[in-house]
Amino acid sequence: MANIRQIKDRGMNITFFCIATASITILFTISVFLFVEGLPIFKVVSVKNFIFGTYWYPTSDPPDFGIFPMIIGSLVVTILSAAISIPLGVMTAVYLAEIATVKIRELVKPIVELLAALPSVVIGFFGMVIVAPFLQNILDISTGLNIFNASLMLAFMSVPTICSISEDAIYSVPANLKEASLALGATHLETIARVILPASISGISTAIILGMSRAVGETMVVLMVAGGAAMVPSSIFDPARPMPASIAAEMAEAPFRGDHYYALFATGIVLFVFTFIFNIVAEHIAHKYRQVGEASL
Amino acid sequence: MKKMHFVILTLTLLFFCATPLAFAGKLVIKGSTTVLPIAQKVAEAYMKENPDTSISISGGGSGNGIKAIIDGTTDIADSSRFIKDKEVKLAMEKGTYPVPFRVAYDCIVPIVHPSNPVKNLTMDQLKAIYKGEVKDWKEVGGPNKKIVVISRDTSSGTYEVWEGKVMKKERVYPGALLQASNGAVAQAVAKNKYAVGYIGFGYLNKDVKALTVNSVTGSSATTLDGTFPISRPLFMFTQGWPEGDIVKFLNYVLRPDKGQKLVGEAGFVPLY
Repeated sequence: MANIRQIKDRGMNITFFCIATASITILFTISVFLFVEGLPIFKVVSVKNFIFGTYWYPTSDPPDFGIFPMIIGSLVVTILSAAISIPLGVMTAVYLAEIATVKIRELVKPIVELLAALPSVVIGFFGMVIVAPFLQNILDISTGLNIFNASLMLAFMSVPTICSISEDAIYSVPANLKEASLALGATHLETIARVILPASISGISTAIILGMSRAVGETMVVLMVAGGAAMVPSSIFDPARPMPASIAAEMAEAPFRGDHYYALFATGIVLFVFTFIFNIVAEHIAHKYRQVGEASL
Repeated sequence: MKKMHFVILTLTLLFFCATPLAFAGKLVIKGSTTVLPIAQKVAEAYMKENPDTSISISGGGSGNGIKAIIDGTTDIADSSRFIKDKEVKLAMEKGTYPVPFRVAYDCIVPIVHPSNPVKNLTMDQLKAIYKGEVKDWKEVGGPNKKIVVISRDTSSGTYEVWEGKVMKKERVYPGALLQASNGAVAQAVAKNKYAVGYIGFGYLNKDVKALTVNSVTGSSATTLDGTFPISRPLFMFTQGWPEGDIVKFLNYVLRPDKGQKLVGEAGFVPLY
């Protein structure tokens, strides 16, 4: 009998192992595909000229494949949206976890999380039809489809991620830490700033990086709202073309396995490297500042 | 159990017998992505009326389409340009004779916001605006405001026409905004008082104002008589004079009440 039990057990182990590795296999296959389809472009253009070239004319003769304006576009949009969404997200999280009454917390948190459920195309449309003309009129700029508008829309999208994960991190700070701080005579504000936030910094950092990697990879919003000019922007009210927008706009009609097609996949590789770095940094921070017991504060 | 086997066997046999029948009339269409929407719409309607014909359509560009018709790997080649001398020579060498059929016209109209006082731009002015040389509306008779230039993604057929006819192969300057579809350009221009864009004739609506080019209004009539400068004919090529299903399909494309009606719906100018 024991034999059958052992076999059953072994069977279960293998089944679960297969299921667990399925997603890794899929990810690995996609990355291999990405590199296979993207690398041939470097026979036509050098890596340096591809990354630092400032002209993107994939269909003219001779073509130019320089994605520097797109890389800058992605970076600027991501950084600016982080500058908007981090304070908003983290402060909302602090309020919800520490200051708000249970009733308000239970009301507000689902609403903030609902923001994440909005399809990105809806946010993009909102930015294009409502926010863009508004910015144009208020600021008297030539176009409302610009970096600022895109960053604002992306911030809307990353706030729920940042807020929700940070709130969990803050909420799970052991109560005795907080009580000890208050018992030593610290005010509520001091407790939040000196005890609670440092204790939950690992969770908050993860939240921020996840929010930012959502922003850097987001396609629909930047395609609709960022304007799409393939040049290095000189102000935050200039239009820009982040990498995902470039891929989405041109992939549909790029000749299959032509240079243009390879160049778009190579842009995908650069984007992949970006999000990969983001995730490694997040992992590193989460690991480094992990709260081990209460003594390490 | 035996009965079950029999049923399965019969079904399998039926399936194998039915397969060749279902693909009896099989048409392959390849080529220009500009003509693709026309081919798709017409093919859908055609297959609905002729369920025994199956049509497979793919893009790949005019060059690839014409190459495929010369090599005989497709029945019909879509092309947004006429066949080149080099290609005719290649076809002659291989002993094939591509036959062109004009199926529609592509007409691209420059548009501005309805409140913009500018009514007409010359081809040279359009070129200068899209090259980034003319940056202000007052240089072309408008208000003292910066021109917001909106262009299409470089792989679209619309961009191809614009690049060929207006830019004369020169490059649209990198500061031009990019929108990924005709509809998105119209939307962006409708929301921006100082924008200029270009869209296919079929996408014009009341929220944008179509400009005249060299004082010619873009319309079906001016496109067909060749006076509107930003237009071009679209072709389908066959290998030799078409026969059977191919000629039936081409006739369908050219029928005013069927194919040509769908040409209009796809945003192009029909022949009749």
